[in-house]
Amino acid sequence: MTSRSTTRVPGWALGLAGVAVFLLLLQILPTAGVIDRRFFPPASEMFGALSSWLVAPQFWTALGQTLTTWITGLAIAFVAGSVLGILIGEIPGMRALTASTIEFLRPVPSVALVPLVVMLYGPTMQSTLILVVYASIWQVLLQVLAGVGSVDPVADDTARSYRFSLWTRVRTVTLPSALPYVMTGLRLAASVALILTLTGELLIGTPGLGSLLIDARASGQYPLIYALVLVAGALGLAVNLIFRQIERRTMFWHPSIRGEVAA
Amino acid sequence: MVQKSHGADLSVRSVRKVYTGRGQAVEAIQDLSFDVNAGELVCVVGPSGAGKTTLLRILAGLLPATSGEVTLGGTVVKGPPPGMAVVLQEYGRSLFPWMTVEKNVELPLKEKGVAKAERKRLVQEALEAVSLADAGKSYPWQLSGGMQQRVAIARAVAYEPQVLLMDEPFAAVDAQTRLELEDLVRALWRRLGVTVIFVTHDIDEAVYLGERVFVLSNRPTILLEEVKIDLGAERDQIETRTHPAFGRLRNHVYELVQQAKKGLRSIEDARLTH
Repeated sequence: MTSRSTTRVPGWALGLAGVAVFLLLLQILPTAGVIDRRFFPPASEMFGALSSWLVAPQFWTALGQTLTTWITGLAIAFVAGSVLGILIGEIPGMRALTASTIEFLRPVPSVALVPLVVMLYGPTMQSTLILVVYASIWQVLLQVLAGVGSVDPVADDTARSYRFSLWTRVRTVTLPSALPYVMTGLRLAASVALILTLTGELLIGTPGLGSLLIDARASGQYPLIYALVLVAGALGLAVNLIFRQIERRTMFWHPSIRGEVAA
Repeated sequence: MVQKSHGADLSVRSVRKVYTGRGQAVEAIQDLSFDVNAGELVCVVGPSGAGKTTLLRILAGLLPATSGEVTLGGTVVKGPPPGMAVVLQEYGRSLFPWMTVEKNVELPLKEKGVAKAERKRLVQEALEAVSLADAGKSYPWQLSGGMQQRVAIARAVAYEPQVLLMDEPFAAVDAQTRLELEDLVRALWRRLGVTVIFVTHDIDEAVYLGERVFVLSNRPTILLEEVKIDLGAERDQIETRTHPAFGRLRNHVYELVQQAKKGLRSIEDARLTH
């Protein structure tokens, strides 16, 4: 989709210009002495540190560990959240039965579970995984619940009048109807899961980019800290782009995506 | 050709429907009893808010009646019965946008347990019957409103129902398409021998299509009159609609509906000039 701006400059060019201005400020402010160069090195030093780290196997191992924790956590949250959402949404009475519990558990910050998981599993990937799953499952669950409830009554009447079995109805009517919600939930969950993966690595010290960051701070390598922050930001951006693509592919039929048609 | 399936007779006995939602109970249908013969095409008209859709949903087994019963081919309707297909007004919402036209038509057959080769044949024939043989691979939203409603009709036809219920199916399509679709329904009905109950608010449409027209009262609904439409088997948009008998019947039904709107509850009280 193109944006409906009145200017002739394409959206991606404006986006790039924004990034360029941001980097320029990052470069100028420390070099001009506006901010302390020791703790806030200019962009060139950050990228210098990043490029020297890009050849270090340590970095790739850490990146792999972070991605593994993130994807595993997201997958668990997605599957569990979806299954729970469909069960709660489809079985009469389940919504009322679970609503207050969900509303109680949901606002509990995942970080508050840190002492508990450290006690249970120590500084292992499992500890961080629990944080990740706990934080991101709500995004999926609540969206799936909303999605299951959003089935068009006319579509539902049609399915019933043609005597669809419960399983057929879930598969061919409920799930596709809920898909826009599920996709939003997945995209939100993906970001939250990434945040909690890094949080877990930072606070608990489970292996990954987060623990590299702690090491960098301990050894006073400030440009490296920023380099890792840049990597985290890039990861977040990539996650968002990937999930937007998935959304467009799976929801080609949805009015928000299919655009204008002749009819 | 899609096989001539034998229609089933439908009988409605003392059906009453009271909605008990929030606030006070609303009596939508007071008392309805009628019979539709196997293979007959009956149109149901009435003032708006006459509970036409409520009646159709009860017939379809989608809504339980408060009392009374509906029997289809001798079996009491307790939920959507086998051998019944429903075509609703909102084609855009009753067709699944995530499936191609073909898949939409095929899905109920799959669910019914029809073998693959047979399904393919039925889908193809049904789409041909509604002149959409080439649209199978399209998605519903790529088609015009009239074409989408034809897909919904094809889905119903492929299902080989004994009874076809239609709830104001052409209310949302343009006037020209509407006339074409009326002839399509007549043609399919004659070819398939299926029992058709066609709910509409359009009096001309009801008289043009039906063998009989049931005129309903205002809510709480009762049946005012079963009007026999003796216009013969062959109907033609020009010939039939300009025929004096058509005009007479149309005026008669029109007067009844007008007076029903004002609260007429018995045919004996009607002041009819036609």
